[in-house]
Amino acid sequence: MELLDGVPPLGTEELLAEVDAAERELAAGEGPPAGTAPAGDEEGAARFEALIAADGKIEPRDWMPDGYRRSLIRQIAQHAHSEIMGMQPETNWISRAPSLARKAILIAKVQDEAGHGLYLYSVAESLGVSREWMLDELHAGRQKYLSFINYPTLTWADVGALAWLTDGAAVVNQVSLCRTSYGPYARALVRICKEESFHHRQGFDLLYALSRGTPEQRAMLQAAVDRWWYPALAMFGPPDHMSTHSAQSLAWRIKRATNDELRQRFVDICVPQARVLGVTLPDPALRWNAERGHHDFTPPDFEELKRVVAGNGPCNRQRLAHRRRAHEDGAWVREAAAAYAAKHGESREAAEPAPAGEAARAPERTDWPLWEVFVRPRRGLAHSHAGGLHAPDAAMALRNARDLYTRRGEGVSIWVLPAAGITASSPDEKDAFFDPAGDKVYRHPSFFELPEGVEHL
Amino acid sequence: MTAPMTTTGPDLRDYVLRLGDDALVAAQRVAGWCTRAPQFEEDVALANIALDLLGQARALLTYAGELEGLGRDEDALAFGRDEHEFRNVQLVELPDDDFATAIAKMLFFGVYQRLLYTGLSRAADPTLAGIAAKAAKETAYHVDHAVSWTLRLGDGTAESHRRMQAAVDHVWPYTHELFEPGPPPAAAGPGADPAALRGPWCREVEQVLAEATLRRPEDGWAPTGGRSGVHTEAFGHLLAEMQYVYRAHPGARW
Ligand SMILES: [Fe+2]
Ligand SMILES: [Fe+2]
Ligand SMILES: [Fe+2]
Repeated sequence: MELLDGVPPLGTEELLAEVDAAERELAAGEGPPAGTAPAGDEEGAARFEALIAADGKIEPRDWMPDGYRRSLIRQIAQHAHSEIMGMQPETNWISRAPSLARKAILIAKVQDEAGHGLYLYSVAESLGVSREWMLDELHAGRQKYLSFINYPTLTWADVGALAWLTDGAAVVNQVSLCRTSYGPYARALVRICKEESFHHRQGFDLLYALSRGTPEQRAMLQAAVDRWWYPALAMFGPPDHMSTHSAQSLAWRIKRATNDELRQRFVDICVPQARVLGVTLPDPALRWNAERGHHDFTPPDFEELKRVVAGNGPCNRQRLAHRRRAHEDGAWVREAAAAYAAKHGESREAAEPAPAGEAARAPERTDWPLWEVFVRPRRGLAHSHAGGLHAPDAAMALRNARDLYTRRGEGVSIWVLPAAGITASSPDEKDAFFDPAGDKVYRHPSFFELPEGVEHL
Repeated sequence: MTAPMTTTGPDLRDYVLRLGDDALVAAQRVAGWCTRAPQFEEDVALANIALDLLGQARALLTYAGELEGLGRDEDALAFGRDEHEFRNVQLVELPDDDFATAIAKMLFFGVYQRLLYTGLSRAADPTLAGIAAKAAKETAYHVDHAVSWTLRLGDGTAESHRRMQAAVDHVWPYTHELFEPGPPPAAAGPGADPAALRGPWCREVEQVLAEATLRRPEDGWAPTGGRSGVHTEAFGHLLAEMQYVYRAHPGARW
């Protein structure tokens, strides 16, 4: 791929810097309030409020209000579904990509989206719902996914416009989410954002090639941008005054910025990039407002957004039918793998996570158990937790973990453990468990002062 | 139908083109699973395999273009040739009717590719040897994946056993073409003689089938023609889809 001279930064530089900052924040730790007694609901609530107020992270086994849990499940499931459903409009062009290099890039990009979906499903599972349940909700139309996915990719240029605009919008959205209060979600988002910046950039690169191409290619480019501009703007959701979930999500620090703030930020990023592409953004009212220091623009048609969310976009029916068909066509394969694991001594019960939370798990399911994945990033470092996945048995779990968590060479060794086989310390016992270590300062070498001139000790 | 068999063997360009076409067409089929795999984890795995195959195809087609010296790059060869100019075996172009068919193809083709690439990694021609050495590692993973699934489908449920056996029976006749005799060009080295690969291939595949409680089909009907440009009906559709954007915009750059 050619790198572009004279192209202003895609906003990714700043955005990635924010991702790094969020990652450092995660590493710096929670800044825990001094909780005392084991938590009844009241104690738990107090600790939760204090953690949120201190901008700390909530972890899966912490006490949390039902509403917080429900909001997270709704948002993370919708996010995961969007990654998975969002593969369809792009996959539509894999078989027809006009160069082998573009075909490879597109496959890798769509594969990443599947990976994102998997990271996110496993985050949602840490809240006590099963992936199987989330998929049932998706297939039944009860849980949603982002509305732009319900628009068609009519030409090759749509592949680029979709990635430039909707992955671009997703980056803006998700970068702000990297600082979300739920720890596993924040960690997954840091990983996702780093990968997303490649998506965004390859889309721009694809369009840039068209912009320097034949008149037909340039016309294809403009038409695709015309199609994707408003679906991308609508990705930030309804305007703040109409948004039903926003206020509480902001207070709980699940969300970190309002829909309108993010939409504005996105428009400001896109305008100079559109100039480089030589395309006109389809909004006659779009202009720089020096007073505000932002671009004025026409917001998306939120009535259309409502119609599409309600199921009446151009491709809603087709996308859901495709997803359901893949799921149904694959049922015999999933059943076979589960049966094989049972026959060959890997008892399903051993690896089955205990049903928890609000998950409505029917008993006779053949869904595969959840595994936790630990990766050694390079020789000399310890394995650390990367995320979860589903597999019928350990051998397949290992194979899937390799594809999912080390695609970019992130590891030299992998452990997989059945999630149900992990025994964790309880957050309620946190103080009794860990505080006694707090006053044994003599265990740390820094406790001892060295006399002048002593080295290598 | 019988393939006209040359006695001198193909020159190196034709030979490399065969390998490239095999990998390209296999990649196109595997990539077709995207969003349709039985589980999301499998979507990710199949995409990896498609990317490996596509990478092999690009390296091989680029090299074939260089050997040819007519200025055709990987894209000109992939998108600019007609059906009868493609030299891939028919096995890789067979439609993946269901997941079992995809796995049967991956097993048979993968074991062949791994044996071949391992031999070719000692080729006198250093470019070919380099491509083969890298590809041998990738195919080892593809075989591993195909074996895992063959075992699980063959020895899973009654339904999966039935489907996997049907797929093996359906694909088996097309494996003969992989081993059609014909000496490889000298630069490819003796490790690349397809006829010599049939023995080790059979031993390995038969062992997997047995462990998967699957019956090894009888040898009989042996369709052929791919190496001389005679393909199945399905192949025309594959190419029509793959090539149309490139051909609709002659000379455009992407
Ligand atoms: Fe995304
Ligand atoms: Fe994504
Ligand atoms: Fe993306």
